Amino acid sequence: MSTIEKPDSGPDIASGRLSPADYAANFTDLHPPLDPHEALVEADRCYFCYDAPCTIACPTSIDIPMFIRKIATGNVDGAADTIFSANILGGMCARVCPTETLCEEACVRNTAEEKPVRIGLLQRHATDHYMAGHRTWGSRKPATGRRVAVVGAGPAGLACAHGLAMEGHDVTIFEAREKAGGLNEHGIATYKTVDDFAAYEVDFVTGIGGIEIRSGTALGRDVRLADLRRDYDAVFLGLGLQAVNALGLDGEAIEGVVDAVDWIERLRQAADKSTVPVGRRVVVIGGGMTAVDAAVQARKLGAREVVMAYRRGPEQMNASEYERQVAQVHGVTIRFFAEPRAILTSSGRLAGVEFETTRLGEGGRLERTGERFMVEADQVMKAIGQVFVPGPVAAEALALDGNRILVDDEGRTSLDKVWAGGDCVRGGEDLTVVAVEHGKQAARSIHAMLSA
Amino acid sequence: MADLRTNFLGIKSPNPFWLASAPPTDKKYNVVRAFQAGWGGVVWKTLGEDPPIVNVNGPRYGAIHAGDRRLIGFNNIELITDRPLEANLREIAETKKEWPDRALVVSLMVPCEESNWTAIVRRVEETGADGIELNFGCPHGMSERGMGSAVGQVPEYIEMVARWCKASTRMPVIVKLTPNITDIRYPARAAHAGGADAVSLINTISSIMGVDLDTFAPAPSIDGKGSHGGYCGPAVKPVALNMVAEIARDPATRGMPISGIGGVTTWKDAAEFIALGCGTVQVCTAAMTYGFRIVQEMIDGLSDWMDSKGYASIEDFRGRAVPNVTDWQFLNLNYVTKARIDQDLCIKCGRCHIACEDTSHQAITAMKEGVRHFEVIDEECVGCNLCVTVCPVENCITMEQLTAGTDPRTGKPIETTYANWTTHPNNPMAKVAAE
Repeated sequence: MSTIEKPDSGPDIASGRLSPADYAANFTDLHPPLDPHEALVEADRCYFCYDAPCTIACPTSIDIPMFIRKIATGNVDGAADTIFSANILGGMCARVCPTETLCEEACVRNTAEEKPVRIGLLQRHATDHYMAGHRTWGSRKPATGRRVAVVGAGPAGLACAHGLAMEGHDVTIFEAREKAGGLNEHGIATYKTVDDFAAYEVDFVTGIGGIEIRSGTALGRDVRLADLRRDYDAVFLGLGLQAVNALGLDGEAIEGVVDAVDWIERLRQAADKSTVPVGRRVVVIGGGMTAVDAAVQARKLGAREVVMAYRRGPEQMNASEYERQVAQVHGVTIRFFAEPRAILTSSGRLAGVEFETTRLGEGGRLERTGERFMVEADQVMKAIGQVFVPGPVAAEALALDGNRILVDDEGRTSLDKVWAGGDCVRGGEDLTVVAVEHGKQAARSIHAMLSA
Repeated sequence: MADLRTNFLGIKSPNPFWLASAPPTDKKYNVVRAFQAGWGGVVWKTLGEDPPIVNVNGPRYGAIHAGDRRLIGFNNIELITDRPLEANLREIAETKKEWPDRALVVSLMVPCEESNWTAIVRRVEETGADGIELNFGCPHGMSERGMGSAVGQVPEYIEMVARWCKASTRMPVIVKLTPNITDIRYPARAAHAGGADAVSLINTISSIMGVDLDTFAPAPSIDGKGSHGGYCGPAVKPVALNMVAEIARDPATRGMPISGIGGVTTWKDAAEFIALGCGTVQVCTAAMTYGFRIVQEMIDGLSDWMDSKGYASIEDFRGRAVPNVTDWQFLNLNYVTKARIDQDLCIKCGRCHIACEDTSHQAITAMKEGVRHFEVIDEECVGCNLCVTVCPVENCITMEQLTAGTDPRTGKPIETTYANWTTHPNNPMAKVAAE
């Protein structure tokens, strides 16, 4: 830990920096939904491509040209049918998917005029329309009497549960937290999912029936995997990630240095955003979507200066160019090729971060240059990735690959009758839509096993 | 700068763009606004006998839209003018006096008696109008009373009325034809035989624009009921061009002046009608969609195109397309084309592939060496042009003529000579027996 001499009363971290009106304005929809006219105009732009590149780019393979054509012909609920049949969390995915790197990046309109069809907003139009008039989607086949345990009520677990419930199986979801939804509920920026949408969607998904959620029930603490394997016909693990990577610097535990994921969760769960403290000057360390969400929301809470520092360049960044633009539009300064080397303190309290500049050397290897600079900060948010902690399943003979659970193409783990999906498995891309696909595919595989 | 002036039957106008007899020309207020905007002439909305007809008090118009609610087809159940004859005649006289350089033709429709026609023609003559147009076209309402298309569908009536009118006035007589007939040449020949100076076409096409799926009422609907209306707008242009061409190339009517009507929306549309022999064009739907100001685009576009082609006047290119309209039997069967996809312009939507694969000749790839790629398979391509028509990018797919070698589809050598169906060996009626 280094110190800098500065007569200072300590870091300025405070809540209530803004007027009530500012809080209200800052935490509404970042992208307002399309109104019916806008949706028709946008739907008209779709070419109804053959073997559509957008559908290929969608991890859940939503038949995008078909749902857009249904919007264009006035069959908006039918459009939602097309979406939900491929992705039961199509409502949330419409809000949080990085469409600019998925369906919309693949849109042939990019080639034609560098302006893709706004697929995400059209999907939201259709799913919002449907969800406003229906309490669930799909119907259950006759009960099979088979029981499946799903661990984790995040996107993977919910998608798996819905798929199994449709087939007539009974599902019990074990969720460690009090609220279901996983990162949709706890980890995504507030302005992407307003009006408690994540909770609303959980009700929508489970509204099909045959799904029981036992919240506050943690694997390893309240239930054991071995018991679930004994008591249920199959088990799906949608555990997510449990810990945030550490910077590995002295002083990381000092007051004012926080995990971005925790800070975002607190903000999401705060009914009154004016109660959430934020630093006057904030440094966010990391280059992913969590870093962007934290940086932008820090600004929205009234932080004067927000610097987002990433040790590599824009090409290597997980956050898309579009996400970077969102950050920059909101006044976030992005510093590339800046690696944190020391937490700076003054009188024993947080004062800033010292960085060393880096560059890409031979073979794309990151090199330090020896040049250092300081950024003063009242608050530091760590967003350098999350890790899977196998704790609760470590006791079982569950094979890992790297640091995550090893699964095959259908989501089967090395344990009999146990499937896994979402961020906790190898190959997870830390995206809601990928987790939904894992859950969907696992449900198919489990159903095939149960029907055999 | 090209000279756009026209002299149609001695009626002079500064440009070939006339407003057709329709709501935009129902009264002086509108016509003056049109002249101020630059229209070369108008055909005043059809006059009838007093007491004036009445119109419905509900919707008169219906439409079909392409994407983004672009109006491509339009229809109406409005009748002829519902204003007193006297008011119209007075305003016609005033307008002609104030705008002497513009063409002012008056459309007429009265019961099929000589005295009725003679009487109204004389009244119109007194206004100083440039000519009359006999409305034998309207398919709705008036036709139930033996007027409009009820006359236009009977060539003998056309000839008879045209003759009465020619005999009673110094003014040029234009006969407006209905397209609601099997062969447009018969009414045109009748107009010619009756001494009419010209024909104008097409009037509107009998149509129902849609059915309301909640009320099961046809559109436009009046209190839950609907009656067929007259269809017009961009979508009818191909029908109009064909009928114009049929008259232009018919030996019986060849050379008879034609005022072209039907979906004229841009300068290009007008140029096409003129190329098929029209001396002027008449416009309605485009004005009703966008307002009178569109004529400025039409004038400018036509003038610029004529300059680029070296045409000094309308007559320089009028009718140039007529000799190229022929019967199918005379089309050159030795003309072989293949589609060509410009890979730089291709946006890879795949519509050419699926259209060809599902509905035509399986002649476009979807994949090449594992990559999404659309390319014509010459061995299968019959040159049908479907891919060109479904491609969303202009000029991305074009048709290329094979001028040498063999056609990979048929294996037959490309012949540079002309050969058509009349001499084809497969034709049982071939004029020259196959060797």
